Amino acid sequence: MEATVLNLLASVLGSLWAPLWNLIKPVWPLIWTLAKIVLIMAPLLLSVAYLTFWERKVIGWMQVRIGPNRVGPWGLLQPIADGLKLFFKEVLFPAAADKKLFVLGPIMAIAPALALWAVIPFSSGWVLANVDAGMLYLLAVSSIGVYGIIVAGWASNSKYPFFGAMRASAQMISYEVSMGLALITVLMVSNSLNLSDIVMAQDKGRGAGMGLGFLSWNWLPLLPMFVVYLISGVAETNRAPFDVVEGESEIVAGHMVEYSGMAFAMFFLAEYANMILISAMTSIFFLGGWLSPIGFIPDGFHWMAAKMAAILFFFLWIRATFPRYRYDQLMRLGWKVFVPLTLVWILVVGVWMMSPLTIWK
Amino acid sequence: MEFKTILFYIFSTVTVLAALRVITARNPVHAALFLVLAFFNVSGLWMLLQAEFLSLVLIMVYVGAVMVLFLFVVMMLDINIERVRQGFWKNLPIGALVGALLIAEMAAVLSGRYFGLANLPAQSMPANYSNTKELARVLYTDYAYPFEIASVILLVAIIVAVMLTLRRRKDNKAMQSSDQIAVKAKDRMRLVKMAPEVNLPAAKQGEQA
Repeated sequence: MEATVLNLLASVLGSLWAPLWNLIKPVWPLIWTLAKIVLIMAPLLLSVAYLTFWERKVIGWMQVRIGPNRVGPWGLLQPIADGLKLFFKEVLFPAAADKKLFVLGPIMAIAPALALWAVIPFSSGWVLANVDAGMLYLLAVSSIGVYGIIVAGWASNSKYPFFGAMRASAQMISYEVSMGLALITVLMVSNSLNLSDIVMAQDKGRGAGMGLGFLSWNWLPLLPMFVVYLISGVAETNRAPFDVVEGESEIVAGHMVEYSGMAFAMFFLAEYANMILISAMTSIFFLGGWLSPIGFIPDGFHWMAAKMAAILFFFLWIRATFPRYRYDQLMRLGWKVFVPLTLVWILVVGVWMMSPLTIWK
Repeated sequence: MEFKTILFYIFSTVTVLAALRVITARNPVHAALFLVLAFFNVSGLWMLLQAEFLSLVLIMVYVGAVMVLFLFVVMMLDINIERVRQGFWKNLPIGALVGALLIAEMAAVLSGRYFGLANLPAQSMPANYSNTKELARVLYTDYAYPFEIASVILLVAIIVAVMLTLRRRKDNKAMQSSDQIAVKAKDRMRLVKMAPEVNLPAAKQGEQA
C-alpha cells in the first residue's frame, strides 16, 4: 500500500516529486503513520456519530416509535446537529470540583478508547501496528479506560458522580477478569498473541477444508467463551442491561452528572468508540475477522464490517429488550457464574488440545 | 543521540518526578494518580528494554487492577493531612535511616560491578523472537515448582483475606438468587375455588315486599 501511494504521488507531481521526496524522506515514516491514524480515526468518529443515530432509530422501531426524523432527510443529519449543539455549549465547572482532575477525567476516558485501535487489523495487512503482543496490548489499555470514570466521578465532588465512580470501579474489575480468562482460551487455540495470526488461525480446520469457513471460527468450539466474552463486553462498556454506572433512573447519569458540552461529549464518544471496539474484538477473536464464511466468496474488509455491524445491532437490541440488572445480581453473574465457567472451560480446552480428538493442529 | 535514548530520558524523568509527587502530594487521590503515572513510565522503560510482556502486564495488573482498587479505597477515606503530619519530626530519624539504607543498596546494585554487567554482550534478538513465549517456556519448565508454589500461596492468601473479613450478620436480609429463580407461581399465590354468593342483600328484599 505504501509503495502504491508513493508511485501515485510521483506520477501526480511529476518533476516536482524528486526534490520534494528528498525533503520529506527523513520524516516519511512519521507522515505515513499519521496518515494511517487519520484513515482509522475519521471513519471511526463518523461511525460513532451514526451509531448514536442508528441506536435511536432501532430502539424507536422496537418500541413502535419513529425515532429522530426531523433534521435532514430521514433524520440523517441528527447526529451532526447534536454534535454541533454540544460543541457550542459551555463547559461548566462545579465550584467545589477539583479543576485539574475534572478536565483530566474525559481525556482519560477517550484516550484509551482511541489508542486501542492501533492494533486492530481490519483486513489482511490493514493494521496500524502489527505487534506480536497485540492481545496483551488490548487487555492492558482497555483496563485503564475505567480511570476516566473514576477520576471524573471523584473530581466532580458531588454525590451521584461519586456513586457512579464507585460502581464503575467494582464492575469493570469484575468483568475484566472473566473477559481476560475467556481470551486465554482463544490464545490457547490460536497459539499467538498477534491479532492477525489469531484471525488466520481460524482459517484452517475441518470446516474451512470443506469450504464452510464459519464452522472453523472460534465461536463454535469455544461457544461458552464466546457468550461470556460478549456479555462481559456489554458490561465493560457499561451498556444496558449493565448500565448501573450511569443508571439514569437511580443516580441520574453517574459520573456524567456535572459535565456539559464537549466534556460530556467526550464520555459519549468514548462509550460508543468502546462499543465499536468490542464488536471489532469479538469478530476478530471469535468470528474470524475478515474471513468469509463460505469458501468461494473472497475475504475482505466488508466481512469484518458486516460482523461488527451485527454485533453492534446485538448491543442495541439487548438495550431495548432487557431491564437493568440489580447490582448484587450483576456482581453474582460476574464472580459466581462467569469466572468459574471460564476457569473450567480453560481446563476443558487444555485437555481437549492434548487429547487425540484435538481439532487444532 | 538516538531516538530511543531521548525516549529513555523522557520516561525516566517523568518516572522520578511522578514518584516524588507521590510522596509530596497533599491529596491522597492525587498521590495515587501520580503513582499510576509512574507505573506508566516504568512500563515505557521496560518496553524500551524489549520486555513487552512485562511492560504490558505491569499496566494490566498494577494500573488496571491494583491501582483501581487502591483509588476505590483512598477516595472513600477522609484523611486529615494535619494529623498525618503530626509525628513527622519524631519519626524522621528512623525514616531517614531506612531511606539511606535503601539508597545505598540500590546504588550498590545499579553500579553493576557485582553482576559483571560490563562483560555481558549486547543481545540482538531475531525479528520473530517472542518475549512472551520465552518467558512462558522458562516459567513452565525450569521454574515449574516455584511457579506453582507461588500460585498456591497467592490462592491461600485470597482465601484467608476473604475469611478474615467475612462476617455473617444475623439480621442479614440478603437474597438468594437461586431461591428467587426457583420460585413458582403456586408458591406465592393460592387460587381458591368458592361458590358464588347468591343471597340478595337484605335491603333489596325489603323493597320487594
